Amino acid sequence: MAVKTLSLDGQLISARDGQTLLEAARESGVSIPTLCHLDGLDPVGACRLCLVEVNGRLMPSCLTRVAEEMEVWTQTERLQRYRKQIVELLFAERNHICSVCVANGNCELQDLAMRLGVDHLRYAPQEPQCEVDLSHERYGLDHNRCVLCTRCVRVCDEIEGAHTWDVAGRGTNCRVITDLHQPWGSASTCTSCGKCVMACPTGALFHRGASVSENVHDRETLHALILAREEKQWLV
Amino acid sequence: MARLRLATVWLGGCSGCHMSFLDMDEYLLELAEIVDVVFSPLVDSKTYPEGVDVVLVEGAICNVEHMEMIHRVRSNSRVLISFGDCAVTGNVSAIRNVLGGALPVLKCSYEERSDPAGMIPSPNDIVPQLLDRVVPVHAVVKVDLFLPGCPPSGPMIRTALEKVLAGETIDLMEHHLSFGGYGRPRNSEGSSTASSSSTAPS
Repeated sequence: MAVKTLSLDGQLISARDGQTLLEAARESGVSIPTLCHLDGLDPVGACRLCLVEVNGRLMPSCLTRVAEEMEVWTQTERLQRYRKQIVELLFAERNHICSVCVANGNCELQDLAMRLGVDHLRYAPQEPQCEVDLSHERYGLDHNRCVLCTRCVRVCDEIEGAHTWDVAGRGTNCRVITDLHQPWGSASTCTSCGKCVMACPTGALFHRGASVSENVHDRETLHALILAREEKQWLV
Repeated sequence: MARLRLATVWLGGCSGCHMSFLDMDEYLLELAEIVDVVFSPLVDSKTYPEGVDVVLVEGAICNVEHMEMIHRVRSNSRVLISFGDCAVTGNVSAIRNVLGGALPVLKCSYEERSDPAGMIPSPNDIVPQLLDRVVPVHAVVKVDLFLPGCPPSGPMIRTALEKVLAGETIDLMEHHLSFGGYGRPRNSEGSSTASSSSTAPS
């Protein structure tokens, strides 16, 4: 196996050929914030929170492969500033009211805000009119909380194999949709497996009937499924 | 040393932040040793005084009275703390913004969904006129410190007050700052204890 040697935050590290910078950093104990990334799903580099500086250029670490003699910085003042800015813009883009959200206390956007020191928003909230789809008998979709990470789209396509979810529209009109923009309850391809709900980082997808703070996104179960499928290991 | 002049103000919020203020329990007695509470919904004072050292402002700016008040609070106070999610983001108070201005909300509340249908209060009535948009405090005046949370916890308020009253700088990031309610216990990474391996090193 080819090994690449590179510098990570001033320390020389070795990484396997083909690894992403995010994977290499995590193996070295360096934590890089992410939002659209979910282990086991194809990375898309959509949220840009995992940006790192590679030889002075900003690159998404989830998509950038390790290379010989790379000089990578993961926590520079510029990166911290951009990450904070991204989280603030995500909050401002839709209607995130943490205190009345089903994912309050179990939300990766909320966690990121805290981790990055976002104590207020410097941008005026856009306050778009977003719909809530409660047509599915078991799950709900609240576009107010969606950050367009496309985890639901990828988990449904890559793990469940149903491809019920997709993305429609541009800019402020961009929405995740089910089956050519049908109400979720009428989407005939949906198997009601709930993987999209497990994968969602915020309160956009939720179990109906779950009250505030009870809407647990079970990301670990997805990892177990991926492990079983790819490594033939079954966790009991 | 002169006693410090502390004020708390209640604008467009539910008073939960003030309840959390009372959650500081025995620290309130220590606080009473060093400050005079010169204005608050918890004391009987009608006019916001001059020369306030520290003020905690709860709630968003929702109506003309709030707007007038926040300008007076700012000009008469040395340190202004945005106190709780409504003051910091607009929070629940700002949900009506999505409905498009004050009039549609009033129509809906007093005429369409009210049984029997009522009348929208006129600007001359004793209730202050609603602003078209609810905005957080820092959208109107300069804020010196933000204490998000719905509500911020008693220990968090205590930490902030202790530092501010001592004239020290404060880094609230060390104290698990968060929007929304208390939620789940946090781990050292700052993530909720529920699984979120995508943000944690593997």
